[in-house]
Amino acid sequence: MISVQPIIQFDNFSFQYTSQQKPTLKNINLVIHPGEKVCIVGPSGSGKSTLAHCINGLIPERYNGEISGTLSIAGKVADSFSLFDRSSVIGTVLQDTDSQFIGITVAEDIAFALENTMIPQREMKGRVLDAAIQVGIEGHLQHQIFELSGGQKQRTAMAGVLVNDIEILLFDEPLANLDPATGKSAMALIEQLHQQNNKTVILIEHRLEDALSQSIDRIILMNHGEIIADMKPSELLKTNMLAENDIREPLYIRLLKYANVSLQQLEKVDKAEEIIFQNYREEILAWYKANVTTIHDKKILEPPLLTLESIHYTYPGTKEPILKNIDFTCNAGEFISIVGTNGAGKSTLAKCISGFEKVKKGVVRINNEDVTNESIKSRAEKVGYVLQNPNQMFSQTKVFDEVAFGLRQRYFSEEMVMEMVHGTLKVCGLYPFRNWPISALSYGQKRRVAIATILVLNPSILILDEPTAGQDYKHSKELMTFLQTLTTQGTTVIVITHDMHLMTEYTNRSIVIHGGEVIADCKPSQVLTNPELVRMANLKESSLYEIALALDLAEPFELVERFIQFERRVALNGK
Amino acid sequence: MANEMLGFIERDSFIHRLTGATKLIVFILWSTAAMITYDTRLLVFLLILSSILFFLSKIKLNEIAFILAFILFFLLLNNIAIFIFDPNQGAKIYGSETRLTGTWWRYYLTSEQLFYQINITLKYIAVIPPALLFILTTQPSEFAASLNKIGISYRLSYAVSIAFRYIPEVQRDFKTIAQAQQARGIDISRNEKITKRVKNVVAIIVPLIFSTLERIEAISNVMDMRGFGQHKKRTWYVGRNFKWADMIAIAVCGVLVGITVWLFTVNEGRFYNPFH
Repeated sequence: MISVQPIIQFDNFSFQYTSQQKPTLKNINLVIHPGEKVCIVGPSGSGKSTLAHCINGLIPERYNGEISGTLSIAGKVADSFSLFDRSSVIGTVLQDTDSQFIGITVAEDIAFALENTMIPQREMKGRVLDAAIQVGIEGHLQHQIFELSGGQKQRTAMAGVLVNDIEILLFDEPLANLDPATGKSAMALIEQLHQQNNKTVILIEHRLEDALSQSIDRIILMNHGEIIADMKPSELLKTNMLAENDIREPLYIRLLKYANVSLQQLEKVDKAEEIIFQNYREEILAWYKANVTTIHDKKILEPPLLTLESIHYTYPGTKEPILKNIDFTCNAGEFISIVGTNGAGKSTLAKCISGFEKVKKGVVRINNEDVTNESIKSRAEKVGYVLQNPNQMFSQTKVFDEVAFGLRQRYFSEEMVMEMVHGTLKVCGLYPFRNWPISALSYGQKRRVAIATILVLNPSILILDEPTAGQDYKHSKELMTFLQTLTTQGTTVIVITHDMHLMTEYTNRSIVIHGGEVIADCKPSQVLTNPELVRMANLKESSLYEIALALDLAEPFELVERFIQFERRVALNGK
Repeated sequence: MANEMLGFIERDSFIHRLTGATKLIVFILWSTAAMITYDTRLLVFLLILSSILFFLSKIKLNEIAFILAFILFFLLLNNIAIFIFDPNQGAKIYGSETRLTGTWWRYYLTSEQLFYQINITLKYIAVIPPALLFILTTQPSEFAASLNKIGISYRLSYAVSIAFRYIPEVQRDFKTIAQAQQARGIDISRNEKITKRVKNVVAIIVPLIFSTLERIEAISNVMDMRGFGQHKKRTWYVGRNFKWADMIAIAVCGVLVGITVWLFTVNEGRFYNPFH
């Protein structure tokens, strides 16, 4: 066997940020060969992003810290391999699709790296076109980047690193900001670059099931700054290591495990479509029959809390309405998810409900009172809207003052403020942090503070825009469980999300928006088992649906429903 | 919203087709000529020529009404200030005094002062069209390339153009943050006392600064990773070479500056004096 020189090699590598007490990476030993495709998974704070910074050179050039051990990239020792020189070998595509663009048009942004290496214009135009063709964005070269969809933006970012004939493509959470269908085609494109252009691909992603929609050579599982596992996907999926380290296992794997199917007897388990579920029909059906759904669809007789009557909305200065004829009602204590493509109008709908945008055509009623023309301030006492980026909400230094801000603006007495803020902080699990500076909190804690600042005003409806974006499974679960407890206390919670799993696992009702209209309003499990809806709204069918089809179940969504209820029971009773 | 802002307006005109660098050079030469001369005949000529250029650019007046009103307001303010500070400036310059009105305290109007201030107004108005045309007809992406072409360092040029590029994003952030803070109860309208209002504006500015700093960190990391600043020079994807039209435009403006300087000798100074 010919031994190939590794393209990336970490030897007893450790790294400690100057500002941190403990090392973020501990004793890393990792070898990646040219042409491999690996996926690095791990919960937040596991060190996976730091590992990526070490590879692309942001460490040590942008972030200071102490390094021990060695790292070599493409045969060069990392210490003497500058950020600039690395840019001709490694291309990094960031998760935030908006912050990585420098040029105004697609072509210009792709050309950026070439301009910096003084490539003459004539040659540059050819290379930009080549790179654009590789990712299929050549039809949009003259378009401005802000007009593009999320998927097109990501393609532009890829082309921007492919113009240099790089060997390694590094993706930092490529799926985080994409809707499920676009995410699927992004994975297919990455696979194509891997296969046809023989690039080494490193993916950092915690949405493992979606990442596995294309084959991956190895999964590297990290936690607490160490590599826990470095195995082939099938081998890793057969163990319980993913679940133990707070990584969401694919749904079909979980179902097989619940049904007590021995995964060891299967050869490959990394792709649902390659497993012949018919062979385990007996086990799965036994589980299915043992877990009949408990129907507690209580018919609600009380008058609706929120009513939208034929809402139309057009942004000032534009002609096309973004919302068309939206009608819907909801009751106290419901947990609703709004899903759909980027740009379908989800956020606009949330802003219309919360009064951020003034509705000019249509009526918004809360508790049967017409609130369409109310000011933002008084609407906020009924509907709270939590922005996606918590940092956009904070203006105070201390946690207590931040949460108290809204009350103090409304001239509550200091005693009342104290009582209400403490109460809210306890509900949110932030009471021990009340005197902390906000900047010292983790991202997940900041999200909670953001929610607390809204919750303290005691709104009857709480709307959250992408509450789990950029958070790992553990924190997402904690947050959604917390929101669920709020609904049991009578608050209606509406979340806008791309995460199909959270939608099905936690919410009781899904509203699917497409082209500014509500195209479905039903149970989450029904959305994901309706191919027509899935296609229209750029969603992705659940792998459980495929199993239900393979087993010829009469009601495919029943399997999903029973699965969800089973998991909820497990979660309630502890592990 | 876009129209209230000063930005690129896409049209098909020969002015749009000139390179950004040409328009910048023309603007600089043109304003040099208009700034140094007080020769009324030349200023009137420049004014007529720049109005024709503006017409040829196919940009409509109402598209820039807001910014134009803004400039004219300052022009008026400037004229009033000149008169208040020194109503005899004209008389001193032209060496004669033709009173048109009676005296009120130290103020009276002379033909010389009137003529002087008319010249100042002409200077302003002759410079406005080329300045606006540079901004309105240059693709934002060509901006940095044009600045770099006339010798400004590419780092500085890029800083300017990236600022332009991010203005709309920061505006969007501002809107979102302002809405979120209003929901929490702050009022920045006139209903609130001024001290409270200032405090409330701070509640919007602080998160805006922090979220902008986040953006800056991300973008500067990306620029580093894509090799910005590794060489003394860089090339430009959108940069264009000069064509005949560009050469002619620059040459014409060079001649204009020449005429301006020549008029100095004819008029024996910067001022054209009709009072002799």
